Amino acid sequence: MSTNVSHKISRRAVLRGTGALVLSFSLSPGAWPYAGSGPQSARPKLPGNLGRNPLLDAWIRVDADGHVTAFTGKAELGQGIKTALLQVVAEELEVPFEQVSLVTADTSRTADEGYTAGSHSVQDSGTALRTAAAQVREILIAEAARRLRAPADQLRAVAGAVLGPNEARITYAELVSANLLHVEAQPTTKLKDPTLFKVMDRPVQRIDIPAKVTGGEAYVQDMRLPGMLHARVVRPPSYRAKLLQVDVGNIEKMTGVVQVLRDGNFLAVVAYREFQAVKAMRALSLAARWEESESLPKQAQLSETLLGMPAQDQVILDKHDVAGGPSKTLEATYTRPYLSHGSVGPSCAVAHLTDGVMTIWTHTQGVYPDRQAIAEMLRMPLDRVHCIHVEGSGCYGHNGADDAAADAALIANALPDRPVRLQWMREQEHSWEPFGPAMVAKVRASLDSAGRIVDWDYGVWSNTHATRPGPAGALLAAQHLEHPFAPPEPKPLPQPEGGGDRNSIPLYTLPSAKVTHHFLHDMPVRVSALRSLGAHLNVFAIESFMDELALAAGSDPVAFRLAHLDDPRARDVVTAAADEFRWAARPTPAGGHGYGFAFARYKNLAAYCAVAMQVRVDRETGRTRVLRAAAAIDTGQVINPDGVRNQMEGAIIQSLSWCLFESVSFDATRITSVDWATYPILRFSSVPESITVRIIDRPGTPFLGCAEAGQGPASAALANAVANATGKRVRDLPLNPARVKATIGV
Amino acid sequence: MIELKVNGRSYEVSADPDTPLLYVLRDDLQLNAAKFGCGLGQCGACTVLVDGAPTLSCVTPIMLLEGRQITTVEGLGSREDPGPLQRAFIEEQAAQCGYCIPGMMMRAQALLQRNPRATDAEIRAQLEPNLCRCGTHMRILRAIRRAATLMAGPASPPGSAVTPAAAGPQLDTPDTETGAQGDARSRPAYSERRERPER
Amino acid sequence: MKTFVTRRVVIRLLWVLGFGVAGLVVYAWRSALPPADPPSADSFNADTIRRGAQLAALGDCASCHTAPDGETFAGGRPLATPFGTIYSTNITPDLTTGIGRWSLAAFERAMREGVDRQGAHLYPAFPYDHFTLLDDADGAALYAFIMTRQPVHAQTPDNHLPFPLNMRFLVAGWKLLFFHEGPYQPDATHNLEWNRGAYLANGIGHCGACHTPRNSFGAEIRTRQFAGGEAEGWHAYAINSDSQSHAAWNAEALHAFLSRGWHEQHGDAHGPMAPVSQSLAAAADSDVQAIATYVAAEMGNPKHDKPAADPPNNDTGAAIYTAACANCHDGTRPLPFGGIKLTLSTAATGETPTNLINVILIGLHPPEGTAGAIMPGFASTLTDGQLESLLSYIRANFGARPPWTGVESSVREARSRVSD
Repeated sequence: MSTNVSHKISRRAVLRGTGALVLSFSLSPGAWPYAGSGPQSARPKLPGNLGRNPLLDAWIRVDADGHVTAFTGKAELGQGIKTALLQVVAEELEVPFEQVSLVTADTSRTADEGYTAGSHSVQDSGTALRTAAAQVREILIAEAARRLRAPADQLRAVAGAVLGPNEARITYAELVSANLLHVEAQPTTKLKDPTLFKVMDRPVQRIDIPAKVTGGEAYVQDMRLPGMLHARVVRPPSYRAKLLQVDVGNIEKMTGVVQVLRDGNFLAVVAYREFQAVKAMRALSLAARWEESESLPKQAQLSETLLGMPAQDQVILDKHDVAGGPSKTLEATYTRPYLSHGSVGPSCAVAHLTDGVMTIWTHTQGVYPDRQAIAEMLRMPLDRVHCIHVEGSGCYGHNGADDAAADAALIANALPDRPVRLQWMREQEHSWEPFGPAMVAKVRASLDSAGRIVDWDYGVWSNTHATRPGPAGALLAAQHLEHPFAPPEPKPLPQPEGGGDRNSIPLYTLPSAKVTHHFLHDMPVRVSALRSLGAHLNVFAIESFMDELALAAGSDPVAFRLAHLDDPRARDVVTAAADEFRWAARPTPAGGHGYGFAFARYKNLAAYCAVAMQVRVDRETGRTRVLRAAAAIDTGQVINPDGVRNQMEGAIIQSLSWCLFESVSFDATRITSVDWATYPILRFSSVPESITVRIIDRPGTPFLGCAEAGQGPASAALANAVANATGKRVRDLPLNPARVKATIGV
Repeated sequence: MIELKVNGRSYEVSADPDTPLLYVLRDDLQLNAAKFGCGLGQCGACTVLVDGAPTLSCVTPIMLLEGRQITTVEGLGSREDPGPLQRAFIEEQAAQCGYCIPGMMMRAQALLQRNPRATDAEIRAQLEPNLCRCGTHMRILRAIRRAATLMAGPASPPGSAVTPAAAGPQLDTPDTETGAQGDARSRPAYSERRERPER
Repeated sequence: MKTFVTRRVVIRLLWVLGFGVAGLVVYAWRSALPPADPPSADSFNADTIRRGAQLAALGDCASCHTAPDGETFAGGRPLATPFGTIYSTNITPDLTTGIGRWSLAAFERAMREGVDRQGAHLYPAFPYDHFTLLDDADGAALYAFIMTRQPVHAQTPDNHLPFPLNMRFLVAGWKLLFFHEGPYQPDATHNLEWNRGAYLANGIGHCGACHTPRNSFGAEIRTRQFAGGEAEGWHAYAINSDSQSHAAWNAEALHAFLSRGWHEQHGDAHGPMAPVSQSLAAAADSDVQAIATYVAAEMGNPKHDKPAADPPNNDTGAAIYTAACANCHDGTRPLPFGGIKLTLSTAATGETPTNLINVILIGLHPPEGTAGAIMPGFASTLTDGQLESLLSYIRANFGARPPWTGVESSVREARSRVSD
């Protein structure tokens, strides 16, 4: 696991102009790879990630010309975080939106905020930036007060300047001086009143979209450095394959080939032109002979296999209060297969070794941990490896990005002073990315005679949902070297966030409840974090089962949930979604139509989300069409409502794809779902007619994030709608036509 | 040497004739829009127009394209002067990661050129070959409907209804000034260009 | 004198014609069967319904009787014929727009005689010339299946047939000439499985409806059964001893191909055959086996056309193949997801270039959400000239047959069918 790290950043790298601020920061001891959940040193608790990076100028810098630069350790994954964080800073610091820039995850320039994951960006980085910006504003006002010899409360900050009595006006540029902001954040902050917001809680257009629709340079895939070479890796055909023999002589003679690299099972080729590298890769692949062995379970018996594996059992909830006697008991088992991230753009990285420093441009979710792992793999000092986040295509968790960065670095290490661009192929991404783990949940519950749940027993079986670098052994390249690094021991992510057990504890009021996390250590298939981690299957299972209980109780699904929910924000979101959908007015299901509802609070501590759906199931083919969906989300203080909507629409559609079609396929030796032909996903013909999102805005409350809140509720709403339409319950994902048809029968 | 006509300009390209157009567009002509998604013709991220018809550039060797008109997103307008389709996508904020969007736009462009009053069903059918993993489908549909309005409306400035022939002169970005030889020109190091991030 | 003779001849001819038409009308007239009360689902045995589902899968009723994006079995799919466009009917048990009021007798009469409940003759686009072989048990099973489907209210659009083809009674004349009513007559020179296969393939399976050539009246030429036909712009290959397949078909290969939709030695089912094999996944496996046995026997040991002499120099075609096709078609990825080695493809060895042109232009696109080979279409990539070079290269180097004739017009015809 990662250990203490401290960084001293070269001042030369960041000083710009006179009067600009020096940027320096150091991490507190005991840095934890997961943002927001680690220990802090003994100082008053600071909000968000300020706790680990308390110096204000680690977050905000004001240049001599008044331009503001904000620094975040988070990365743009396509979720619009760059724009949202700019809104936060512009609002609190009282500068025009256009006058702020954002530097994202860069090991030389930004704080270590762990991974951009867990919907934490807004919660942790957003909170830190908001606090820092507010405090910087107050410092600037105080400085103006000092110069004007006027009390601070007669001054106010407006549009990048401080205004005072008698039309006094001093711009930030004039106020700022070296070290002015080189102070630690204070525990209390004067945050701006949400009723005065001008740019926060507004649908500001995203700053990255114009370049993306006009052919601007926007992704790591677009990078072109002078003298850049193109590389391709030849990956083994299966997890345990060993390279017996490869004759590289012919490959080296191919036009444009610069070098062929072999180190154990790691094979790569470098060429001047990209297509030359592709052709050389194909030839190299044909020239390689591998010894393979069977290591994968029988796909048709995946659930049984998981249930039969040795498990480390953790009881995470065990309560027994007095309640009515059980009159009806139900039980059910829910499963999901391995799921692929399946980002449209395969992973890519650019690496450049020059002057003994390895710079890697990568779309990893965690530049610091990836750097650490790569430095360990290359046996280079940490301060000689520099990872800069550049956007890749949509990131939904731990995909191939970290590994592509390692591949590029390994190759660049063999070609000093030549920038190397390493691009994964589609088949490599599909075969080698870590998948969302297959999971099984078993639940049993009883209702009393009044139709209320009186006891609840839930167990979930899952691998770890986190095999990210930290250690070099987490990297594919490192595992494949002649002298390999061993993969790290998987460990469960602790509650309250959890991994496989994320959202396994229902938010409902249950007098007696026991929840057990059966942590499966052995990972025959490579797995790691996929959007919402265990919450997807757990909410799918819990919310499907809630519907089964509601049916047994003769209760409306929404009313049944409200009867068991005490949290007022939860109740609001359920009511709002039902209202948005016109749930009460829905007709009796007929003609294949069905209606479903589901709710969850992500991790039981982040955003609240409820989704209602109408589907139409074709009895002859088992094909499900989603006609419309309505969602309600409470994400605390909203920064960009359009961004929230975009994320929710995306979450719903992606969840539909997962649940209607997807399942990683494999035989005894290899992953066999290697492209879009073998791993089909949703296309336009399955897109609903409408998706509406109602945002419950809670100004002044903490940020709750929203990126992962929709996966579970959307999936369960779908399953509930299909059950409503067909009268039959499907409990195993995906709800593909063959499975639904088999359940319906003739 | 193969001569290619891209967005109304001619380029002499020294890549091998069997090189798929995608690599030539991106690496030789430094046009970023068309993307590598699969190289197998399965996802549509590489879609460009050839003589106005949507074409998967990842499986189209350049030897087939002499004398044909190739249009990419860059030919629809620029950052400073976006065309109606681009304006529509910006106004509808029709992107999450945005990686699939250029492919979507070119397929939509082909449809709207041929059928400016395409129905929703026709738009959906037209986009079926293109994948979006982030789930931006609703906005993509809205943006295309909006683009149809922008292209047809009286408020559209002259020249904004784009045909392949008219797509040419709008390019001012340095990306395409590769001139005669077609190979990658030296450009400022990426890190330096990003030092003062554009935002 | 001349005028007198002509006038008498004409009058006599008119009398003959009149008697003929009258005779035809009398012959053609069929009574309406009374509307029946719709049977309840409970009146059918579950096993019978299931058997009916299997037969419906064999017959792939859903393919024709479902409009694009329409409800299954609710009809409305346009079928282009040389005579005009005919729309498939709504065969859901809807009471007003479907067949909800058809008795078993009415259903059987339609299937076996091509007459609807009201007594109107059905156009042979509905292949009752095959369904006529159905025995009582299977007819009853199909009826049970159809009557327990979801009723859908959908009015069948009017056919677009020019006068006089829109006069249904004329179909009786067609039937007189070309329709041979069932039931199936077993052939004692073959075993039980062969006979079962023949009964199914020529009956509910109606393979000959595509795979047998038709005369100018649109009737199958019975003496040339399975010698190859046309369907929706595709060529349905000969599946008798005229088969041009490079690798020989046997029962095992046919069974695999029909039930899975692909075979290592033969490629993927495409064009109109793709939905057929998708439908066969729900058929009874023993039935598919029987059909395979029968058809394999019909193929026997086909004699291929003579191979071509040395292929002419075709640098352009070779370069196009190498650049655009070889990566998949000479790759290491096996079927069904890799491209087939073109030496094995009947599209290259077949009698006409139509299928090869279609596949090159359109590609392969599995139904959404289903794993299946995806081949991009090259319609916008290749000019006609480039396509023709490629076709002749593939024909000569992989098909190893004499060059096709009429390639240019085949290409033009295909282009007009394939939009971008």
